[in-house]
Amino acid sequence: MSSDTAKKGDILLEMRDVRIDGFSDERWHEIVKGVNLTLRRGEVMGLIGESGAGKSTLGLAAMGYARPGCKITGGSIMFDGMDLVATREAEKRKLWGTRIAYVAQSAAAAFNPAHRLIDQTVEATVRAQLRSDKEARSDARVLYKDLQLPNPDTIGDRYPHQVSGGQLQRVMTAMAMSPRPDLIIFDEPTTALDVTTQVEVLAAMREIVETFHVAAIYITHDLAVVAQMADFIKVLRFGEEVEQADTRTMLEAPKMPYTKSLWSVRELEKPEDKGKDIIMEIKGVDAAYGDLKVLDNVNIKIPRGRTVAVVGESGSGKSTTARVMTGLLPPLKGEVLFNGEPLPGALKERSRDQLHRIQMIYQMADTAMNPRQTVEEIIGRPLEFYLGLKGRERENRVIELLKMIELDESFMDRLPSELSGGQKQRICIARALAADPDIIICDEITSALDQIVQEDILKLLLRLQRDLGITYMFITHDIATVKAISDEIVVMFQGKVVEQGLKSEILSPPHPDYTELLLSSVPEMDPDWLTHLLEERQKTEGQTAAE
Amino acid sequence: MHPIVSTILQRLGLGLFTLFIVSVIIFSSLEMLPGDFGESVLGQAATEETVTAFRKELGLDKPAYLRYFEWVGSVMTGDLGTSFSGRAASGVDRSRPVVDLVAPRLWNTLFLAGMTALIAVPLALFLGITSALYRNSLYDRTVNVTTLTTISFPEFFVAYLLILFLASLWPVFPSLATVDDTTSFGQRVLKTALPALTLTLVIVAHMMRMTRAAIINLLASPYIEMALLKGSSRSEIIIKHALPNAWAPIATVIAFNLAYLVVGVVVVEVVFVYPGIGQLMVDAVTTRDIPVVQACALIFAGTYIILNLVADIIGTVTNPRLLHPR
Amino acid sequence: MNNADESYSPLNESATRITRRTRAQKIWLGLKKAPLSAWFGLIVIIAYLLVALFAQLLAPYGEAQIFPEPYAQWSAEHIFGTDQIGRDVYTRLIYGAQNTIGIALVTTFLSFLIGGGLALAATITRGWTDQILSRTVDALMAIPSLIFALMLLSMFGSSITSLIIIIAVLDSTRVFRLTRSVAINVVVMDYVEAARLRGEGIGWIMRKEILPNIMPPLVAEFGLRFCFVFLTVAALSFLGVGIQPPAADWGSMVRENASLIQFARYDIKAAITPLLPAAAIALLTVAVNFVVDWFLHKTSGLRDEF
Repeated sequence: MSSDTAKKGDILLEMRDVRIDGFSDERWHEIVKGVNLTLRRGEVMGLIGESGAGKSTLGLAAMGYARPGCKITGGSIMFDGMDLVATREAEKRKLWGTRIAYVAQSAAAAFNPAHRLIDQTVEATVRAQLRSDKEARSDARVLYKDLQLPNPDTIGDRYPHQVSGGQLQRVMTAMAMSPRPDLIIFDEPTTALDVTTQVEVLAAMREIVETFHVAAIYITHDLAVVAQMADFIKVLRFGEEVEQADTRTMLEAPKMPYTKSLWSVRELEKPEDKGKDIIMEIKGVDAAYGDLKVLDNVNIKIPRGRTVAVVGESGSGKSTTARVMTGLLPPLKGEVLFNGEPLPGALKERSRDQLHRIQMIYQMADTAMNPRQTVEEIIGRPLEFYLGLKGRERENRVIELLKMIELDESFMDRLPSELSGGQKQRICIARALAADPDIIICDEITSALDQIVQEDILKLLLRLQRDLGITYMFITHDIATVKAISDEIVVMFQGKVVEQGLKSEILSPPHPDYTELLLSSVPEMDPDWLTHLLEERQKTEGQTAAE
Repeated sequence: MHPIVSTILQRLGLGLFTLFIVSVIIFSSLEMLPGDFGESVLGQAATEETVTAFRKELGLDKPAYLRYFEWVGSVMTGDLGTSFSGRAASGVDRSRPVVDLVAPRLWNTLFLAGMTALIAVPLALFLGITSALYRNSLYDRTVNVTTLTTISFPEFFVAYLLILFLASLWPVFPSLATVDDTTSFGQRVLKTALPALTLTLVIVAHMMRMTRAAIINLLASPYIEMALLKGSSRSEIIIKHALPNAWAPIATVIAFNLAYLVVGVVVVEVVFVYPGIGQLMVDAVTTRDIPVVQACALIFAGTYIILNLVADIIGTVTNPRLLHPR
Repeated sequence: MNNADESYSPLNESATRITRRTRAQKIWLGLKKAPLSAWFGLIVIIAYLLVALFAQLLAPYGEAQIFPEPYAQWSAEHIFGTDQIGRDVYTRLIYGAQNTIGIALVTTFLSFLIGGGLALAATITRGWTDQILSRTVDALMAIPSLIFALMLLSMFGSSITSLIIIIAVLDSTRVFRLTRSVAINVVVMDYVEAARLRGEGIGWIMRKEILPNIMPPLVAEFGLRFCFVFLTVAALSFLGVGIQPPAADWGSMVRENASLIQFARYDIKAAITPLLPAAAIALLTVAVNFVVDWFLHKTSGLRDEF
């Protein structure tokens, strides 16, 4: 609905000293502390920050909206000459969905399960009488086509649960675009998607934003993703602005130490080392949940004292492999060898001596620790259970372990809820160490953590490996993490091992098709990455078509 | 087969199975009676022959599973057996068929329950939805405290309070709900006003609180926020976006609360001396007239199971995931 | 941006550090923030418990002591008059507290023991045990519990023991369902899996990993179940098939003197007499509900934070 007189370059949105309070812990806290923001027509701004930085809250405030439990307490939000802080909700509603549109993080949850996609796509456009119902629908189908959705003419007649997550996210972009808004807020639109799907959705979104010269605020925690989308980037932390610069400057020369630290994990890289003997081997394993077969003839060798990274998308069977190794899921076929000896398939049949050698660390440290036990009880239990330590002895060992993970004895009587995310994961590491293990299986253990904390945990794991000679099997979908920690890499796809080899071999071409797709889909810290990738893929497609 | 059809068939099967279990439990209540109950029904003076004849009439000489099938068979044809009362030690039998006792009273109970549901359901839905919409407002808090208080009241307390104020101190309604075949419809409504009001007060509180919780749960969904951010008005959000997804929880709430209605009916009928099956059942329990107890229990349990089944099916057919399979 | 951001250390990573307090301090702090309704509820509950415990000391006369004048008016001698056969109403109200609350409490404990225990066993072992128990509970719950209780009472007769056992068993189905539904959310937690991986036995997992984490909803449910049991006992007694005379009990007291309400226009005090035990029941359930409501609000609020 951009008015004809409006030109690219006019100021569209101007936020001055915006303050927002959130209600938690039975009182109000300031969660956005006086942020300024200027956005011109046709510009795309990237808003990045870690969890709790207030970026989503600020993004929604650009619409003059505060979630229940939040309130805008100060400042001004001028949208095209209208102060949204002072405007009544009934007035703001006339803007929402027509001049300002919102694209939510989880498309599967943000679509109403009771209505067809196309009805939801055109709802706002038709209500505001921007187009007739018929025109809006045919326009929606054109948008579906522009967004490269399959069967653009009929996909709108489906219900949300009938299409995939990546497709839903594109339909939501079409829904936002239908009334031709002046501004779109993208709130972490690709976070819930797999990397290979993410590339397609990113490309489609960028294309359509460029075509219609719409202004956008793109909220994410992933710098590489935002680099593909945004003209300029604003970094938030604890509800305050850290710095703002145009995308290239920000990537090449960040000024603030915090911004610099966001890059650093990408620089951490471990020199690879081929191990000598094999500590654990998975041999021809098939496994299934009920009738659903999830592992198909999986073979993996894990060298002693080294790190094997298992990569793949969700559903590739990497976590199931871990469950087979620990005995939680007995294999249908094949066996798991430990130091050359076969392990019993079922957990119940394994002895304590076998159990303590294989430890596991989980993705969500929050749910991996009993919220009613203190740190001392959590770390102390394996000591007591496996090693029979009691009283003073146990206490001393717990303190030793705490020192090993760079914490101290003041943590002994804390409950998990009194720890930060990084500290929680450290306690989980200490609990694994307490069992005196030979191998630790790490299931996505850094993916729920903020970037800066991730790096620290990885460094800790590397140091422990050097000092204690522990073997890691590291399950992850993040290639940067793989580079940082692994010696060998296993690539999995749909329950099968695509390839296993030294890091240098796997990461350098030529790759099998799937590895190529996976590796090339990982966003890089380069604003031209997506453009180059799409050109590249078009070329190869052209070639294949020519052949 | 369309998944909806198979789901409904599955539910029906489950309902039938529950009915079967329930009928076995009810049937076995006759089994569990102590050996000397013949004497207690017929009186101390009963001779050996009359007791044997009585046991034979009940079929206690046949194996239990046979009697179960006979019992189910006769229940299907509308024969609920004969009452224990009216029998004498001499062998004179003035007992009446249970059907004759139950039938007229069943109609009375249904009338009372129906009248209550007619007032209570819309009222509860209205209060529940509005208090969910304006949650944490003064209105919501008032409704919350009031309903919490009414929930805590025993049914007979509410009943007697109403009698005290509306029948005794200010005689607006009659305090006794004695109706029979000759009572006209208008009279009937007037006489059942107080019992219906009592039941309404008790159920509305439960139903309203559960409706509120169900709606609030729904309003927290991301798609409701999305609808808001697409510029939908409050009423549009409720009618277009929340309600199509709310039928299942609301149907469950209503069915669930009809259980309270059943419990309430028994007590309220006794308070107001209303000739329904609740009162009949209580009387039968005191005199240990097992066939009548069985018949009443079967009716109450059957109604309850069917209502839950209906709610379940409503929940199924309004579920878009089942309506439109992949 | 200050220097602290550059010299990073996990020790001073920000986290909400809660000052450690003793249990008594925690309870007192919680109470200080409690709303008026919860305070009211607590005070009422404590008063009731005291009356129930010391009924023998507080009551002016014997539980079944009969005076010559039935339906005596309120006087200094008989604070709330006498009932239909001349027993002191005030005395019976006090003994009623002991009988009705006592039976309801015992019944609720018993139903938690049965329902809670079976539910925990079902969730941890899963498989057939769980299936059979759950289906049985579903079938039992398909009969409204008052109807079921009436039926069973007609079979076993109304003694206090059968009353307690029947209601406890019927009510344990609801305890089973709730315990199972909350425990199932805890059983899938990674920390329970971690305990399994460690090789811990079922007893340890039940006591140390699951039970402490489902206590808040169970405590709240205890309050609600108590109310329900209490009301059921009262209703059954009111119907004449519950606690039997001469034991004093609030439900039957209402029924016995109900006819007095008719005379409200002539003697309002007499009309109020049958409402006294009913009000006593109502007040206690209101009080428990207020406390549970506050408790639920408090514990669910805590869950929202994480």
